[in-house]
Amino acid sequence: MTITAPQKTAPASPSLQPTGWLRYLSFSVDHKVIGLQYLVCGFAFYLIGGAMAGAIRTELLSPVSDFMARDVYNQILTLHGTVMIFLWIVPVVNGAFGNYLIPFYVGARDMAYPRLNAVAFWLIPPAGLMLISSYFITGAAQSGWTAYPPLSITTPATGQIIWILSVLLLGGSSIFGGINFIATILKLRRPGLKLMQLPMYCWAMLGTSILVVLSTPVLAGTLIMLSFDIVAHTGFFNPGMGGNVVVYQHLFWFYSHPAVYIMVLPAFGLVSEILPVHCRKPLFGYTTMVYSIMAIVVLGLVVWAHHMFTSGTPPWMRLFFTIATAFIAVPTGIKFFNWLATLWGGRISLNSAVLFSCGFIVNFVLGGITGVALAQVPFDVHVHDTYFVVAHFHYIVYGGSVFVIFASIYHWYPKIIGRMLDEHLGRLHFLLTFVGFNLCFAPQHWLGLNGMPRRVAEYDPQFELVNQISSAGALLMAISTLPFLWNVIASAFFGAIAGDNPWRALTPEWLTSSPPPVENWKGDPPLVTHPYGYGTPADEIDLNSASGSDLWRSGQ
Amino acid sequence: MTSLTPQNAQLDHIDDHGAEHGAEHPDHRMFGLAAFLVADAMTFAGFFAAYLTFKAVNPLMPGAIYELELPLPTLNTILLLVSSATFHRAGVNLRRQNNERCRLWLMLTAGLGLAFLASQMVEYFTLPFGLTDNLYASTFYALTGFHGLHVTLGTLMILIVWWQCRTPSGRVSASNHFPLEAAELYWHFVDGIWVILFVILYLI
Amino acid sequence: MLLVLGGLWIGQNINLLPVDASANAPIYDELFRVLFSIGTILFVGIVGLILFSLVRFRRRPGQLGDGLALEGNLPLEVFWTAVPAIVVLFVGLYSYDIYERMGGMVPLGHGNHGSETVADQRVWGGIGSTQDSQTATTAGIPPFPIEVTAMQFAFLFHYPDGDFISGEMHVPVDRPVSLRMEAKDVIHAFWIPEFRLKQDVIPGQPTVLDFTPTRTGSYSIVCAELCGPYHGGMRSSVVVDSADDFDTWLQSNRKLPAAEA
Repeated sequence: MTITAPQKTAPASPSLQPTGWLRYLSFSVDHKVIGLQYLVCGFAFYLIGGAMAGAIRTELLSPVSDFMARDVYNQILTLHGTVMIFLWIVPVVNGAFGNYLIPFYVGARDMAYPRLNAVAFWLIPPAGLMLISSYFITGAAQSGWTAYPPLSITTPATGQIIWILSVLLLGGSSIFGGINFIATILKLRRPGLKLMQLPMYCWAMLGTSILVVLSTPVLAGTLIMLSFDIVAHTGFFNPGMGGNVVVYQHLFWFYSHPAVYIMVLPAFGLVSEILPVHCRKPLFGYTTMVYSIMAIVVLGLVVWAHHMFTSGTPPWMRLFFTIATAFIAVPTGIKFFNWLATLWGGRISLNSAVLFSCGFIVNFVLGGITGVALAQVPFDVHVHDTYFVVAHFHYIVYGGSVFVIFASIYHWYPKIIGRMLDEHLGRLHFLLTFVGFNLCFAPQHWLGLNGMPRRVAEYDPQFELVNQISSAGALLMAISTLPFLWNVIASAFFGAIAGDNPWRALTPEWLTSSPPPVENWKGDPPLVTHPYGYGTPADEIDLNSASGSDLWRSGQ
Repeated sequence: MTSLTPQNAQLDHIDDHGAEHGAEHPDHRMFGLAAFLVADAMTFAGFFAAYLTFKAVNPLMPGAIYELELPLPTLNTILLLVSSATFHRAGVNLRRQNNERCRLWLMLTAGLGLAFLASQMVEYFTLPFGLTDNLYASTFYALTGFHGLHVTLGTLMILIVWWQCRTPSGRVSASNHFPLEAAELYWHFVDGIWVILFVILYLI
Repeated sequence: MLLVLGGLWIGQNINLLPVDASANAPIYDELFRVLFSIGTILFVGIVGLILFSLVRFRRRPGQLGDGLALEGNLPLEVFWTAVPAIVVLFVGLYSYDIYERMGGMVPLGHGNHGSETVADQRVWGGIGSTQDSQTATTAGIPPFPIEVTAMQFAFLFHYPDGDFISGEMHVPVDRPVSLRMEAKDVIHAFWIPEFRLKQDVIPGQPTVLDFTPTRTGSYSIVCAELCGPYHGGMRSSVVVDSADDFDTWLQSNRKLPAAEA
């Protein structure tokens, strides 16, 4: 705990680090540069993954398979899932915002292991390009992002092996990132800053990184075994050789269920940063928020088998995983009620960041409700592997995480670039995204309940109209990217100058220039012990004009 | 992969106290290594879980051979346990600035590691089953092979440290013993995994 | 209160499900209505709160001050920890009960199909296995056996009673049916939406699935687990016949073995 980082007169910039825009293409060790690299790289992959989603929705416009060949369709849906999870949401909510914000929040000048950090980022572009180029060279994997054997053993091997390699690289990147975050949060805090004074995003990232370090290696081991099955013809998951495919499912979901929390917990953290600033109120229930994050981490590790209720798991297992899964709703619910209480009685500025955050709350609550329903075995038996599940997890990862990514971009863009984004375009972006998203995914609940399985290129004619509505929503979502892109690019040149702290925020990243200098602050890092110290104390409020519910007394 | 960590942190310009050495240790490289080893342990845990589940659920197919002899692996266990002790002696000697003795102990440790690998090879070649013969055989080779990879890496790290501490003012010395400590922690970890592996694969 | 009543009404009266055609479907629908009611109440309540807050507490032009410095409220936190916990526990126990009524809690590997079970093969019981209450009500009638083979990209139905293979499944109404399912190549899933039944068919893992159809008609059988390029086309249909029709069908096929294969 001796990283006090006393004033260094010359910012000891590492040798041979390029400056100017070139540094974004270099092996930079500056956490802010790396954060931006993650963000921009992730967004590029988002556009690619979005194009694939567009292709899928185009295919599903009609009940017959007419837009592309069936095996191409399976390749596209595999790539869409893999790209969106491993190359867009995980790197962006963890890598991009984590790298940019965590050193600020703990009062450090960089991450604990800057070089490891750069290595972690630079694993991503090659892995992503390899994955996508496999489509053009040999044909991509076509067994879905879950790569269940024996299908993944019997489909063309080259694409599947490339898929495994790139997921291994991305997993490695994620583990290195996770180790870095844990060390930074626990070890690099400036003296005087206690754990319970950290902004909520630090806690979210700590929980996420624990999940990453504990669960990602299991996926790596599993995929290595799967690749042995494909290349060396071992029989781990090959029933023809005495193997057991359910073991693969267990090991796979031991990572891939926590992966949902890896995508969503940081989003929870980011929302907890954004809401108090724009509501001018302290974050409600800080302590319970921390405990609920840790509860989600613990529970998140023991619920994986709810993805396998139809795969012949023993009854006691089904019962245990049902209860454990349903109980995740409790800590999650606490967080949502706390955010509602944060909104309550605030002075809410209805800007794009807040709109996207509230959109996130609405979408995630719906996704959470369907999630609790899916945890119930008898319910799941009917809708498992149907469009109901597709709708559910898109509400979680798109309605949840991606909405928060946009909210965060609107919130931190002034800090990162130094200029404000255009609010009108931002609200247009929100409107199009929110309407498009709900139009696209809400009808899919009905599709699943009524008999449309997921991952199909053709379906019953009775579902045509609803699928077309869904595709129209997808088109709206695609269009919604345009005002955003224009906004982000144009505002970098023509936006209003933001100043150091346009939102009058209290967290440490705002207590420096915009964009921040290389080592984050000129002079000592500030000691922020009340990151959410907004608001006028209750006793200064005119009692006559306040309504009763304004007067909930807190301990403070 | 593991050797990245020491190098990184050495070049780490943020570490203001990099050259200093005292009771308060400002560098977090050991912490990072420990976190990495937790991750590594989870990979093994995945393999172990798979093996145990296979064992519980999938009976050996008719005609398949899966028999393990005990003497050689027991010898291997002793080799690795002794090597942990010798590595520890090397560390003690380095801190006492006795580089010569330290190198001797390191050499002994590396020798034990190589002996382990050699004996493992002997076992591989005398086993009555091959990698793809049956489910257990595959899992056996995957687990021991993955562990053997770790031993190989560890032996290489020991030899590198052995080379780097040849003079008292070398890259690894009493004042900068991180590489040795990192290799030592890693080595103990690999030994610990072997003990678990020995119990699970050979004894039960 | 209005919210609760509204939610209950929506849950009871809006039907998002296809018709129910098996004995466990009405039980399933009961669970669905409960979940739908609770979900609607929660969702509408939370969205209402958000909209109210956004409108009521929005920052008016010229307002620069802060909101209330409320940092927490322990009783409130306890309240919204306890209530969801109770609701979730209730839902969990309730669905457990439903599951038991559907016959899902029968231990696996019960080899009550002794004649066909190879000694060392484990038979996995899916939902609705025979030892459950629903068959108890129709006790005395042994379940009608059908052997299902799933392969890329079709289901085949073998009727031991008559020894013929059909590409379409015919079952008698109101009589328990016992499917013994096997997959030839990759994982498939056997799903009949109107029966609210789904069971993965995993190669190397023979699975038993029991159910009692209650409504005559023709329903589709859907493969619900990605199984290759023609996964979307891997469908079949189940025809629930009245007892007489079923016998006729059985007889006609028995005379012409492998008629529809």
